[in-house]
Order: sequence, then C-alpha cells, then structure tokens
Amino acid sequence: MDELILVKYGEIILKGLNRRLFEDKLIKNIRIALRGLGNIKVSKAQATIYVTPMDDQVNISKVIERLQKVFGIVSVSRVAKVEKDIEEIQKAAVSYLTPSFNQYKTFKVETKRADKRFPIKSPEMSRRVGGHILSQVSHLSVDVNHPEIIVHIEIRDTGAYVYAEKVPGPGGLPVGSNGKATLLLSGGIDSPVAGWMIAKRGIELEAVHFFSYPYTSERAKNKVIELAKILNVYCGRMELHIVPFTDIQLAIHEKCPEEQLTLIMRRFMMKITEKIAVKNGSAALVTGESLGQVASQTIQSLGVTNAAVDLPVFRPLIGMDKEEIVRIAKRIDTFETSILPYEDCCTVFVPKHPNTKPKLSRILAAEQHLDAEEMVQKAVEGTETIVIGE
Amino acid sequence: MNREVYLDNSATTKPYPEVVEGMVEMLVNHYGNPSSLHMKGIEAENAIKKARESIAKALDVKSGEIFFASGGTEANNMAIRGCALANKKRGNHLVTSTIEHPSVLNTFKFLEQEGYRVSYIGVDRYGRVNLKQLENEISDQTILVSVMHVNNEVGTIQPLQEIRNIIDSKKSKALYHVDAIQSFGKILFTPVQYGIDLLSLSAHKLHGPKGSGALYVRKGVRIHPIVFGGSQEFDMRSGTENVAGIVGFGKAAEITFDNFNHGVSVMDENKKYLEEKIKETMDHVVINGWCDGQNAPHILNVSFLGIKAEVLLHALEAKGIFVSTGSACSSNKPSPSHVLAAMGIEKPCIESAVRFSFSSFNTKEDVDYCVEQLAAIIKQLRKYVRR
Repeated sequence: MDELILVKYGEIILKGLNRRLFEDKLIKNIRIALRGLGNIKVSKAQATIYVTPMDDQVNISKVIERLQKVFGIVSVSRVAKVEKDIEEIQKAAVSYLTPSFNQYKTFKVETKRADKRFPIKSPEMSRRVGGHILSQVSHLSVDVNHPEIIVHIEIRDTGAYVYAEKVPGPGGLPVGSNGKATLLLSGGIDSPVAGWMIAKRGIELEAVHFFSYPYTSERAKNKVIELAKILNVYCGRMELHIVPFTDIQLAIHEKCPEEQLTLIMRRFMMKITEKIAVKNGSAALVTGESLGQVASQTIQSLGVTNAAVDLPVFRPLIGMDKEEIVRIAKRIDTFETSILPYEDCCTVFVPKHPNTKPKLSRILAAEQHLDAEEMVQKAVEGTETIVIGE
Repeated sequence: MNREVYLDNSATTKPYPEVVEGMVEMLVNHYGNPSSLHMKGIEAENAIKKARESIAKALDVKSGEIFFASGGTEANNMAIRGCALANKKRGNHLVTSTIEHPSVLNTFKFLEQEGYRVSYIGVDRYGRVNLKQLENEISDQTILVSVMHVNNEVGTIQPLQEIRNIIDSKKSKALYHVDAIQSFGKILFTPVQYGIDLLSLSAHKLHGPKGSGALYVRKGVRIHPIVFGGSQEFDMRSGTENVAGIVGFGKAAEITFDNFNHGVSVMDENKKYLEEKIKETMDHVVINGWCDGQNAPHILNVSFLGIKAEVLLHALEAKGIFVSTGSACSSNKPSPSHVLAAMGIEKPCIESAVRFSFSSFNTKEDVDYCVEQLAAIIKQLRKYVRR
C-alpha cells in the first residue's frame, strides 16, 4: 500500500479547449508550491492530479497545507493506493482508515468507477466494502443518509484509491492562466486582500508601493515587503516596485488646494502605476478601494481617480464591509502584518476637511499648476524593483 | 558620502573595540561552562570573577554583592519581583514613580494584578519626583521604593539622597531600589552613599554588549530569585552564565571608569554645545526636562514645534544622523511618551520631541554637522506644516 495525495480541480475543467493549458499551469504552480518538501512526483490523469511522495522523507501533512493555498485546487485528499482487487481494497479500507474510524459511529461507502474495465459496478463495490468494514470494525454502523464519515473508493486506470478525508482547496483558477495585473499595495488591511482575490481568478500580480521617506520609515517599507511575501505563497513570484513619492506629495502640498490633496495624490498614484503596468505587460490595475470607506472612496471620488487612467481598474472589495475584508485578511494571514503601526507620519498630507464630492473639472484645473507628466516620469525612473519569491 | 553621527547612545552604545576583542577571546578560546569541574570551567569562572570585581570596584561595593543578569530589564524584574515575593508577610505596598522605564512600570502592573498595592509618585515639569507625595504615601505596609536615577528620555537626575532621607524619617523598613541603567558610567556615585539596597545596571549603555546586565544587592538584603535552575549566580539567577557578555561588561566598566572624568566632560561639553547651537540658530524650540545641575551629562530632549518627531528622525537619518523619539523601546507604539505626558508637557511639544544622547565617542565636529543639517531640515519641513 502506497500513500499519496489526489488533487481535484473544478472550474478549469469547464474551459473547453483551454483545459490543457490550465492544467499544465496548475501542475507547474503545484510543483513550485511544493519546492523544498522533498522528492515529490506531480502528474495528471483522468481530471485528477496525483501528488506522490517518492520516499519516506516527505511530510504529507505539510504537502497538504501548501496545496491548500494553490489557486485552482478544489479539494485535496490523502489516499491509499492499492491493486484493483476487491480483497485488497477491502483490506485497505479497514487498515488504512481505522485511525479515522475511532472518532465516528456511522459511515457509508461511495464508489467511483472511472475505469469501466473493472468488473464490479459501483453500488456493488460500495456494498461489499461496507460489509467488510462492518464485519471488522464493531462500533460502526451504516447510515446512507447522514453518515459521520464517508469512505471513498475510486477505481481509476492507475489503480484503486481509498480515502475518507477531503480538505477544501482555495478554489479559483491557476495563477498565470488569466493574464497579469498590477496591484497598488499600501501596507494597510485592504490592498493585500484585493490582490489575493484577483490572483484567485488566475491573474499574475505585480505590486506597486509608494514610499514617502522621511514621512514614512524604512520599517514601513519592510512591512510592505513582508506583506508581499505572504501574498507570494498564494500568488507565486511577484515583482514589487517601490516608488519614491515624497517629492510629488510635497509639490501637491505646495501648489494645490488643501481639500483636494488626497485625490490629486491618488490620481498620481494611479498614473504612475499605469505606467509601470504598461511596462510590465499588465492589462489592469487592482486597488483595495471599498465604496464609502473613506473620503477618497466615495462614488464621486472614485470617478475622479478612475479618470486618471485608461487601463481597467479592478476593485474586488468595492461592495464589502470592513469586517468582511478583515475576515479574509485573517484567513490569508496578512492581517497581523497589516496592523503593525509603522506608518502614518503622513498626516501632514491629509487635509482636515477632504472633499467627498469632488468635481473632475476642478481637480483638473488644480493639476494645471503641476507638471504632471514630468513628475510621473521622474517617479517611474526612480522606482526600485524587488523580486519576491525565487 | 554621508558621515555617520550616532546620537542615540541612550538606546545603546557602540561597543569598545577592547570589549569585542575580550568577548571573541572568550568565545574562541575559553568556551567552558563555569560550572564544569575541569580547567575549561575554571578559566571561565575566573573570567567572570574578574568581571564581577570590575563592576564592584566601579560601584565601590563588595564583589559578592554583584549578580549578573541578562540585562537591565531582568535586573529590574529581579529586584522588584524578588523584593515583593520575599517581603509578602511584612506588607503589600510598593512605591515607584510615573516616569520609570517600561521594565519597571510593567513589572509593577503585573504585581498589582497579583494583589499588591502600588503608588505611582508624580513628577514636576522637569521630571523630578514629588517628594511631598512620596512622604505621604510611605506607610508601615510599604516594602519597596523603586526610583530611576536618571530618566532615559529627558535625563533628569532624581534626588536620591532626599528620597533616602524620607524613607528613614518615616522609619520605614522598605527596601530602596534604584534603576541606574542610564546613570552608571555617567554620574559618579556609590549605592552606599545613598543607602541603596538594590541597584540595576546594563552593559550596553556604556559600550558593553547587549544581553548583559547586573543587579547589586546590598549584603544582608534578602530577595527571592525569580528564575530557578542550577543555582548559578549564588542562586540569585540560575542559568549557564553568559560568559562572553559578562566579560564584555566588566571590560566596558573598566575602560569607562578608568577615563571617567574625561568621558563625562566630553559628553557634557558636546551636549551643552548642541543645546546652545540649537537655541542660537533655530526658532520655536523647547528643551524638555531642563533643570540646572539636575541633568545627566549625555541626554538632551528638544521639541521642534510643528514638526513630527518621527519625520525629523527619518530626515536626519537620511543625513547619517541617528537620534531617537522618546525611548527606543516605545517608538513602535503610536502612544506619545508617557514620561513627557507625566511631566505635564503639552501635546505639540510631545509630538515634536527628539532625544539626542551622547557618548564619549562624539566630537564637536559631530555636533557642528548635526546642527547644520538640523537647521536645513527644520527649515524645509516647516514649509510643509499642516495648513
């Protein structure tokens, strides 16, 4: 009896001719995710990915933990592989699953016969394996409607597989199967979640962070690098662009009306990000904005910032409450880092009474006082790029 | 190329080269466990003995009264918790001040949860404890009075003799603990002079290594250990000794005290020079905790009104000048300095307060460079004050 892991993927099967492409991407991402865990074979057959430890050194629990963070995976099961022989399967069902049985009283058996050459049909398989379990494990009884534990038997071309647990994966699509986008990563709670949600739809990410030294410290930068590293676990290799932003903030502060500071600043961020995005082949920008959360995220403000760029802007958090965002941030492990208090010396640049219903024409008029193009160009040229992962 | 001017010596100091050499020598050649019976152990034990003598000599006490610890924080914990545990039967009242270091304040907070009563004595505008209040608070239930010698944020020196006199006049049996972490090597004094029972020291504030400190316990004073194990440090602090750290501490004390007067006058002159220059060249500055003759020679706390301290810190950093806002241990928290708040300093002053702290390594040229950069930065930053 060998132990291995079966990985199921849902959505990508629906993608018709692209299916192969998606599958190959997923396998590649799985291989990257499992780096450093030992000698592991990753292969696919019959709409299932087989993750097989090649020696005893591999820690299967760790493998499962990593797989649970690979987008595109719907479920992960730790299974026993046996000969396609009814007696072997019966034996394995009892010996392999006995530790799991201890916690439960009722069970049922479900059989999937993908290999139609196997002579015993699914219902009969279930009955015979169930009967054998009943005869060997005295405290169990069968409950077909509400079993506490389900024993899965899969008869496949490659062998027969027995398992009881099915841990959920993150769902979504394999990263890199759906193009690339550039995320505005601030270091707060929202933007890492926004990045995670877009990456979940198969998008490869690059990130841009605006650095206002000495108004923010080197620690604030380290915090953003830390967040990018957490995202890296889900999103794979990522380039993080650190844009020097102080000069732009000072110029805006000097030359534009106070109540417009934040919006003009946001527009500059969007313009710079778009420039970087075009350079790196991104087809969209991603922000952590959520409608009405702060003055710069009212429907009017979003209109004004949106008008700064031509590329589509994805705002996956747009309809979410703060609590919902926090819940995801906690689940993906970015929350604790996001709330580290290493920033906010920027209060100098925050107007006391920001405009919540800005007019684009007025903002554009205010921007006339600035040489926007040159400022953007200079910021892009001064950008430092850090590769996260690899 | 930027020069480097390190003016954050109250946070930590650069080790003396001799300290580093001495420590490397221990790690490379004399790595034995002092508890081992063989020669390697005895070598290490002798090195510790020598360091203990150096510290004792600096304080003019017996070497049997010095107990090594993992640093100032642990020394404070040992003194305060050790005293509280040992004197439970005599009383449950403890006295300290509102401007102590977190390693003292948080230890007292813990003891409050454990059922002790703690009085926190307030301070005046210069950071000196209110002696009248102290006198009123001490009762026959009081078992400990714990005060810092020099405040780490503003440099104010506490009236240790007056405090001793009050304890005596009240005929109190309370133990007298002094946190001397900022004053050791900066102010010449002995525990005996002020009738101090327990005194905390740290190595890395006087060019020694981090992770090394000591507690002086006057002979005859009994406190309870807070770490249990193999009975090292005469049962006062179990755990295999940090031999290299202890040796580094001893070496640092030797060098500092051999050149005491010179070192202190260098610090004092440079500090006064900086203060003068700042007052001379800049507007809207306030010196916090200034009090003639009551200030440590190495700490200058200045508010540059209208400028966020942290912004100024980073702007100075970009010029190679390293300073501090409040105390380094609390810079990660958004709360303003508890010391300045306790002194009744106004919020704009607290938010713009920067600490310059000197060592004997600093030069007059350092100060000139600092003032020059400071003036330029202040001028630049004041342009962008929140409108």
